[in-house]
Amino acid sequence: MVEEGSTLLRRMEISVAEAEKRTGKNTVNMQEIFTVYLIETRPIDAITEGHNPAPDSLWRRYSEFEILRNYLLVTYPFIVVPPLPEKRAEFVWHKLSADNMDPDFVERRRVGLENFLLRVASHSVLSNDKILYHFLTEADSRIKALSATFRVKNPDKRFTEMKHYSDELQSLTSQLLRVRARVADRLYGVYKVHGNYGRVFSEWSALEKEMGDGLQSAGHHMDAYAASVDDMLEEEEHYADQLKEYLFYAEALRAVCRKHELTQYELETASSDLISKKQQREELATGMVRTFSFKGMTNKLFGQETPEQREAKLSLLEEQIVQGEETVTEKTVECEEYVKGAWVDMQRFKEQKDRDLREALIGYAVMQISMCKKGIQVWTNAKECFHKM
Amino acid sequence: MSAGTPKSLASSGQKPIQEICHPLGAEETASVLTPSPDVGNTITSIGGKTTRVEFDLPEYSVRRRYQDFDWLRTKLEDTQPTHLIPPLPEKFVMKGVVDRFSEEFVETRRKALDKFLKRVADHPVLSFNEHFNAFLSAKDLNKRLGLALLSKMGESVKYVTGGYKLRGRPVEFSAMGDYLDMFTQKLGTIDRIAQRIIKEQSEYQVELREYGPVYTTWALSEAELQGPLEGVASCMANCSSALDELTQDMSEDFLPVLREYVLYIESMKIVLKKRDNIQAEYEAKLEAAAFRKEEKASCTQVPTDVEKCHDRVECCNADLKSDWDRWQNNKRQDFRQLLTGMADHNIQYYEKCLAAWESVIPLLRDKQPQETETEED
Repeated sequence: MVEEGSTLLRRMEISVAEAEKRTGKNTVNMQEIFTVYLIETRPIDAITEGHNPAPDSLWRRYSEFEILRNYLLVTYPFIVVPPLPEKRAEFVWHKLSADNMDPDFVERRRVGLENFLLRVASHSVLSNDKILYHFLTEADSRIKALSATFRVKNPDKRFTEMKHYSDELQSLTSQLLRVRARVADRLYGVYKVHGNYGRVFSEWSALEKEMGDGLQSAGHHMDAYAASVDDMLEEEEHYADQLKEYLFYAEALRAVCRKHELTQYELETASSDLISKKQQREELATGMVRTFSFKGMTNKLFGQETPEQREAKLSLLEEQIVQGEETVTEKTVECEEYVKGAWVDMQRFKEQKDRDLREALIGYAVMQISMCKKGIQVWTNAKECFHKM
Repeated sequence: MSAGTPKSLASSGQKPIQEICHPLGAEETASVLTPSPDVGNTITSIGGKTTRVEFDLPEYSVRRRYQDFDWLRTKLEDTQPTHLIPPLPEKFVMKGVVDRFSEEFVETRRKALDKFLKRVADHPVLSFNEHFNAFLSAKDLNKRLGLALLSKMGESVKYVTGGYKLRGRPVEFSAMGDYLDMFTQKLGTIDRIAQRIIKEQSEYQVELREYGPVYTTWALSEAELQGPLEGVASCMANCSSALDELTQDMSEDFLPVLREYVLYIESMKIVLKKRDNIQAEYEAKLEAAAFRKEEKASCTQVPTDVEKCHDRVECCNADLKSDWDRWQNNKRQDFRQLLTGMADHNIQYYEKCLAAWESVIPLLRDKQPQETETEED
């Protein structure tokens, strides 16, 4: 149950107020233009007390929101984490290019990002996260370091590539589906207007003596031409369905890659835990401080503990190390088996995808050929009628 | 290109066609030159051959400007007031709206001028007109032009704006007028439909031009599917350019001819109106004569000028009827050609697209990596 005042949002007003363009260098040292968003926060008690303090604010770009979300996903795997707005401008109508710099898109993204923060900050579990608080209040790039610390250090390269591919596949199939729908719409218009020829030829034929029959029949063919488009576009829907299947398949593929990252991450965390425990044991046993630690400092400053205390600590550490080694072994096996199994299925998927999409393209080409042949037939018939005029 | 059934046209003052040695008409071809720089008008070069006896040479070649055609038409109207003179393409084009030196405009005009000359040459009476002869063969029209400007207000004007009221128009001529009105309407509708189709096709093409490249982009992410996807993309590019050609053909071949026919109809309507006025004039004079006859009971003769009027009416009606038949025939041929052309353009478009898609099928089926093998068509 959510208690009053238990979520961040109850204590703090949060908004994503503005968006601006910036230029900078990206990871491959090339100039890029990107958008940054202004996060503003104000403590609620100050507002209710009647003061009107200026909000604290900092600028963050979309990729930083992504890092935050990924962190939340990994840290709270049992929580349904709120989604971010679109990374790229997809599912856009009436626009010739899906432009991330388009002001309308930026504005909608701003609203989406604000929505994301509000949802996270009002969540009973997520809102207590310190990293979240830091994200909202500290204007430094520690969040980028965060991505380094929680990100997987040694993922299987093949899985990283596959994840990247799944993103591409998703983006491309959705773009293709969108444009195809627009093309179909326009084609429909072209065919249907020809129906008007049918009507006017019929009217005209009533005025004519010798030309009448030819015109009348030609008009019928124009009507048939206009009507033919309905069936043809209906058939094309099958092709669209085949593409849609792979649009959704891409999501599933991505999930498999993410799961690998998760298992790998757990392994790496367990390994580094184990290493640090072993180091601590060594320090305790030898009295030598290898790395800086708070404990070490306090010991130096405030004196060491008693031998009994040290013994207790050591034996606890030994237990933990044994456990840790078990965990690492478990996780290693888990990881390896996962990689093996997943890779086999991803290969299977790749072959299936290549087969299916090839078939889909062939089917599409066959449909186009049929459409062309029908077009030739109709116009040839009409031409014969014109000859007889 | 001979004239229709040779009729005896004794009352029009020309020799009957049967008396001319060769029943063939003069053949002309017109071709366009580059625009003349000093006056800013396009000069048309007319080359022609004739088998007619009244021409000095069997072959000739002259240069003419639009205003020369205009002069010829006015002269024909003046000298053959009872005949249908084919129309010229529009004289005035708004500057800035149409580029008078663009290839399309010049070509469209050339075709219309060519048609004008062919129709005149085809006509059993007009083709013998001395002014037509001069137009085709005289090196220098300028002198005649000077005279023409003076006599701008020709006889034809008198006939069109005659102030007589018509009593009873023969049914067949009324029917002609009705037909022309309804036909104009139909042509207008067809024009609008054709324009709409061109517009829809252009919008379709805009989308097609975005569609193909998505397949190309996708091909970059794929290994085995790269070939097939690129094949589909290039196929679409071919279809897109085929569509471009279709739209252009319709704009350049179909629409101008259709519009020019409206002018032809207008010319016909003017001839009908002239006929009406001649008949009206006759009726008025007849009435006046009858009135005078009542007063002078002794007069038993029909006055000569009334008789002349009567003759004129008869002659006009006859000319009109034969011109009408010819016009109907031409119309039938012209529209047969125009609509067949439209069908042909569309058939060609689909054939191009068909070829493109058929050539991509083997590429799609082939699972081996391509080694510069040529596809079967």
